[in-house]
Amino acid sequence: MQHDVVFSGFGGQGVLFCGQLLAYAAMDSGLHVTWFPSYGPEMRGGTANCTLVVSDEEIGSPLVRHPSCAMAFNNPSAEKYEALTAPGGLLIYNASLVSHAVARPDIRAVPIHASEAAAELGNPRLLNMVMLGALLQLTGVLPVEAVERALDAHMSARRPELLALNKQALRRGMADVAG
Amino acid sequence: MTKQLLKGNEAIAEAAVRAGVDAYFGYPITPQTELLEYMSRRMPELGRVFVQAESELAAINMVYGAACAGRRAMSSSSSPGVSLMQEGLSYIAAAEVPIVLVDVMRGGPGLGNIAPSQADYFQMVKSAGHGDFKPLVLAPASVQEAVDMVALAFDLAEKYRTIVTILLDGVIGQMMEPVELPPMQPRRNQAPDWALTGAAGRPKNGIVPFRLYAEELEVYNQRLQDKLARIAANEVRYREYLLDDAELILVGFGTSGRIALTAVKQARKLGIKAGLLRPVTLWPFPERRLWQLADEARGFLVAEMNAGQMVEDVRLAVGGQAPVKFLGRLGGMVPMPDEILDAIKSLDKATRPVPIIGTIAGSVTPLRRRMSVN
Amino acid sequence: MITQQLTEEIVADRPQALSPVDTHYCPGCTHGIAHRLIAEVLDELGVRERTVLVAPVGCSVFANNYFEVDAVIAPHGRAPAVATGLKRVQPDKVIFAYQGDGDLASIGTAEIIHAAARGENITVVFINNAVYGMTGGQMAPTSLVGMKTTSSPYGRDVKAMGAPLHMSELIAQVEGAAFVSRRSLHSPAEIRKAKKAIRRAFEVQLNGQGFSMVELLSSCPTNWDMKPVEALRWIETRMVPVFPLGDLKNVTPKSGLKGI
Repeated sequence: MQHDVVFSGFGGQGVLFCGQLLAYAAMDSGLHVTWFPSYGPEMRGGTANCTLVVSDEEIGSPLVRHPSCAMAFNNPSAEKYEALTAPGGLLIYNASLVSHAVARPDIRAVPIHASEAAAELGNPRLLNMVMLGALLQLTGVLPVEAVERALDAHMSARRPELLALNKQALRRGMADVAG
Repeated sequence: MTKQLLKGNEAIAEAAVRAGVDAYFGYPITPQTELLEYMSRRMPELGRVFVQAESELAAINMVYGAACAGRRAMSSSSSPGVSLMQEGLSYIAAAEVPIVLVDVMRGGPGLGNIAPSQADYFQMVKSAGHGDFKPLVLAPASVQEAVDMVALAFDLAEKYRTIVTILLDGVIGQMMEPVELPPMQPRRNQAPDWALTGAAGRPKNGIVPFRLYAEELEVYNQRLQDKLARIAANEVRYREYLLDDAELILVGFGTSGRIALTAVKQARKLGIKAGLLRPVTLWPFPERRLWQLADEARGFLVAEMNAGQMVEDVRLAVGGQAPVKFLGRLGGMVPMPDEILDAIKSLDKATRPVPIIGTIAGSVTPLRRRMSVN
Repeated sequence: MITQQLTEEIVADRPQALSPVDTHYCPGCTHGIAHRLIAEVLDELGVRERTVLVAPVGCSVFANNYFEVDAVIAPHGRAPAVATGLKRVQPDKVIFAYQGDGDLASIGTAEIIHAAARGENITVVFINNAVYGMTGGQMAPTSLVGMKTTSSPYGRDVKAMGAPLHMSELIAQVEGAAFVSRRSLHSPAEIRKAKKAIRRAFEVQLNGQGFSMVELLSSCPTNWDMKPVEALRWIETRMVPVFPLGDLKNVTPKSGLKGI
């Protein structure tokens, strides 16, 4: 089993944290995981992305050219990763911000109105958890409970008041792409 | 022991703390800055020494001073900063004081960029400063391996009174991986007898990286070389993957080594008998092992994030017994598994044994390889 | 029968901190005087056994042979950084750097200024003889205007080569510097004042007050192409007017800022 996931969006959308949380959950579930952020000049230009590899065996490359799953938080990311997603792979994009028409027939492209869902939940910053919920639902990389435990274990100290909301947002993301 | 998800730079810093480092001196430079920042929090918390120096020149000389006092001292930097440190490294090598330096390589030459690179293999392995000396160079391929190397680096530095560098690139510095940190070691409370602690009740000590007369310096240098020869004989480290029946041998260190492993596994799925040798010490280099492997191998492929540096050592080790091909990415680009796989496929095609015909079958061994390529 | 008891009193002896060896310094060079003054001070303060010297690159590169203390040789100009490392890991020790004008005022300007800026609790003895001695008499940052050297054969021209750098004045402006003094070794009276300044500098370190530096105007008869006595006279008549003597900064725990 190996999943390569690229998370990509604007700085401030919680892209890096989204990947980190999944990395914590994978680690706590006894899996091998690598999380690599783009730290180059583009970081200063307002975009953020990170690559997560989760595997049940030792991970070779922490970087992937063609991810099995791409999470596009904004329009430029959707454009970029439509082209890069591996054939047969999955592109989850934030339809609230993506105007680009995804056309590749050999990938599965799933829109989710994540920004709106986050706003409805009362905090636009929950966007990343909504997106992550969709990822969990569509890939089955980890059960949502594992991610919730990771939230409890690694994040609660920072913003305890946000914990329940984050969990709610994960479930919302799952529900929005279910069925 | 539970695992923690840590960024390479921070994990190395904590590992150094746990290895009993007494003093850290550094200067900010991407992509190693998190190491310095971590130390700026952690060292004062433990009552140990942290100084942000005015330059890498000063930082390495502060390390020199602290090491002269017999304390565990280290610095970290990235390529352009290491260029500035070379003067100090040369003095430290001549002075024979143990130090540890972490170099998180970035793109060059010049200001280059901050992307991950392996373009300073030559700088560290071949020419870490003026004069005849070599640091012992460790090259981790994962955050855990980097962590495990830190205490080893201090131990080897002290065992041989030499410079040990941990040479990595921005990928390992910036990447987060689950790691198990070693337990906290007690700090050494007694200085070695050569240390500059004040000549109380003993003759004065001098640390003098200097011999005025050529006759004396030759003797002194020969002693240094003898020491390096002992290191070369005893401290070669490498990791092997799928080499038992391998016909095509990949060689890569650090990040390009672990990416090559992915390509090797993909090649195996295609029925190509590929394997990987990943040098863990870049100096001393696993040349003897490569020579042995060359005896059976159809060909070698070296993957690096530079224009071809370690490949020269591989060619020297292989000694013409088999073709050695090179794949390099420049300027901070990282080779991807698929491009390494393509190179494996071409090497496979180019080195396939020629069918043996009729009566010359007796010469099968010499004909087996040495066809084409390079 | 008259018996006369003869007694001898030792009025001058080699300080314990000075090694019983001959130096390599040229006849008439004042390095030897500077060495002796430092050694006397280390003896008087009773700190020889906990002192570490950082020797520079320059004529005094062999200083480790002449002081009976632990010593290391630093790369050219980096002595304050090496001293920083030594002091930070063993603050109970007395650490001093001995630097010439090429070392301190040219290649090592960053290191000396930042050691002072950090208020590094070390002592620096700065030998200013207006010339690069060891390499054979080239122009130094402290060479006087018009001074002929092997690399300024037509004399130091301000337009092309700048004017002498006043390091003590520069360092005195740095907050972390607690004691900065410029003295000269050209006469017995000045030598006594120089010793007092050196003693004060080490006391500042022992008190934990921060960075201390004593600049000593020194002679280089060989590279100035003068007889020793002429050279001393040249310090007095030519150097002192350019590099005025005195304490440039003297911060005491009670007085706070003093001088400048």
